[in-house]
Amino acid sequence: MSFMQKLMEGHEGGLAHETMTPMQKIALRFVVIGLLFYGLAALEGMIMRLHEIKPLPMIDESHFFSIMTVHPMVGIFGSSYMIVFGAFLFLTPYLMKKPIYSVKLADLSWKFIAAGTFIMWLAGFLFHYAPLYTLYWPLPVDFKQFTIIGGITYIVGVVGIMIGTFLFTYNIFKTILYTPKGWEKQPAWDLLKSALGLEGLLNFFRRKKKEHLVPLPIAAISRGTIDMGLNAIVISSAGVLILIYFLGELFGASLKDTWVDALLYKNIFWWGLDLIADGLVLIFVAGTWYLLAMLISGKDLFMQNIARAALFLEMVVSWTVWSHHLMSDQGQPNILKVVSGEMVTAFELITQGIAVFITLVTLWRARPLKMSNELKFLLGGILGFMLAVPAGIIQADLGMNRILHNTQWIIGTHVHVAILVGLTMTLYSAIYILLPILTNGAKLYSQKLADLHFWLHLIGGIGMGAFMGMAGMDGMLRRALYLNGEYNTYMILAGICGAMLLLAFAIFLYNIVMSIGVKGLINIYKPATIQTNEVVPPQKESE
Amino acid sequence: MADSVDVLSTLKIVYSIYAWIVISLIAWFAYNIVRDGKKEGAKPAIFYTYIAILVVIGTGLHFLTYNTVPWVPYDLNRDKIKPDKVFHITYKDHKITIEGEKPMLIHCGDKVVFDAKSEDLTYGFGIFRQNGSMVTQMQVVPGSRNDLLWIFDKNGVYNIKSTEYSGPKGAFMEVKDAIKVIGCMEYDRYSMK
Repeated sequence: MSFMQKLMEGHEGGLAHETMTPMQKIALRFVVIGLLFYGLAALEGMIMRLHEIKPLPMIDESHFFSIMTVHPMVGIFGSSYMIVFGAFLFLTPYLMKKPIYSVKLADLSWKFIAAGTFIMWLAGFLFHYAPLYTLYWPLPVDFKQFTIIGGITYIVGVVGIMIGTFLFTYNIFKTILYTPKGWEKQPAWDLLKSALGLEGLLNFFRRKKKEHLVPLPIAAISRGTIDMGLNAIVISSAGVLILIYFLGELFGASLKDTWVDALLYKNIFWWGLDLIADGLVLIFVAGTWYLLAMLISGKDLFMQNIARAALFLEMVVSWTVWSHHLMSDQGQPNILKVVSGEMVTAFELITQGIAVFITLVTLWRARPLKMSNELKFLLGGILGFMLAVPAGIIQADLGMNRILHNTQWIIGTHVHVAILVGLTMTLYSAIYILLPILTNGAKLYSQKLADLHFWLHLIGGIGMGAFMGMAGMDGMLRRALYLNGEYNTYMILAGICGAMLLLAFAIFLYNIVMSIGVKGLINIYKPATIQTNEVVPPQKESE
Repeated sequence: MADSVDVLSTLKIVYSIYAWIVISLIAWFAYNIVRDGKKEGAKPAIFYTYIAILVVIGTGLHFLTYNTVPWVPYDLNRDKIKPDKVFHITYKDHKITIEGEKPMLIHCGDKVVFDAKSEDLTYGFGIFRQNGSMVTQMQVVPGSRNDLLWIFDKNGVYNIKSTEYSGPKGAFMEVKDAIKVIGCMEYDRYSMK
């Protein structure tokens, strides 16, 4: 078979799309678009890395900061959200052994999020709208720096993403709680209690443990989805507020920005953002680790009740932890800085530590295991969080925050290691394990390329975070420009590591395209020939 | 008295050691997980000891820094401390304006308050050494109190930068040689001109 034939048809027959259910196709649509947005975010990151080493001629300040504005949005919403949504919309009915509530809503979700992310990206690319993802008041409505059209485009994009998020949230909970046609009535209230981890918490104190109605990964998905829904409400509210100011300006009725209290706004906004950063990321990741550990080991999870109770505890933590972002705000009350900022944040070390412990012991009990792609990426993901979470605890300290806040330490050692090594390697592990289930048995093109992908991503991710962190400790700020090579040694080393990450992604993408073929890739977006709400073909279930 | 250079040097060493320990731990786990051996799970005592260690580390860090990092107690209690000198700084249209004398002259060991006010956007107030390393910082939020109490115990000349993003126009907000500290026995070797 020639190279071109293999590229078009895929490895060993490629993707047999005619055997796929609508839900399998939709899950893959999410994943493919999510991976493309990951590539875009990685490219943007590399452009910024290069500009910090030697200023690029085509990029001025407004362009640089518009890239910095859309880079995390594309990475989180366009990539991580998409991959996670696709996986969970497939896994929730798959693990609950019931059909998805609505295939149409699932299909609409990826369309809204993909379109929203693209529109939001255009706001940066075309109009240089650059208030950063933090949107500190009143910067998003600073008409001296940004155009109205840029702002409105950005908000329209964000609204699209949030609509897609609401549809996902609704679909997930309806799938868990609803009674499919012709089925015996489902105990919705008991299912909800189990899904939220409440039953797990009560079991912790009971002599006679109650049976769990939903599998543990579903409990994690449900818990994270609540935070996701609340976050969408907060971001949407901020979007509406900003839109009102834009429309006022557009129609000649300028509104005073002092009508909004900047510190109160910052508190509410960070409360919402932390439902993602410190809530659903950690919860979804813990749930995914548990699922992966069970699938890889073929055994039940070790200390399942504690894992469920920890998920409930994480809800309390994620709802009360936001103040660690305001430890350098002198108007913020000390009590919030100490209790929410320091003490509650410290609990993340415990909840994440529990997830690490339970996952590793579950795997250990099943040894010897084959060092499969899913296992090695899972271990990489665990390592990422073992490095990034303590870095976060350190910066959420009144003494350390005074000298680390807004430096490259925060965004490098903590954020990028958490997202690129911890979260992304966990997602890669899920992709590798789900690939045969979603594609009804498509074979990976090259194991050597998968190994190369792993090592380049792991070393590149940790290395980039480490060198950014060192620059941060030497005073380099995260949201500033350095055009005179002030931190060039660190930036060159971080740039080399960033290039390794980009290369790792290119290798992975090539490996996947060669596995399923270009035709297979296109066919994912054609309507399914099998019409069913079941997630896998009937014959697949009986195997 | 410890300054940010001392604290961050300690952090570099401690975090680097920690990073190598966890990398080694996962490497050891990966090496052994593919080999046959004992398969039992952890005993409850091991689990609860592990949790206790996490609790001690997570909360102990804050008690440690409260007692070893000098600026933590006086930051938390600054309402009760009478400053020797107050400097007023205004932020507007991406410009930092120091009210009164420039450079701000500070005598060694004086308790000084930097009282910053923003008339438009959210900015940052950061004090930096001549080599670019940070001494301290705070956020400057419009309509909010932004007061930072600080004690210098080394002679030096320091720059002020905005540490918070305030749009592309604020990318290079800096006042060179804004602070001069005199009268100390010791010199800040990274801040001498």
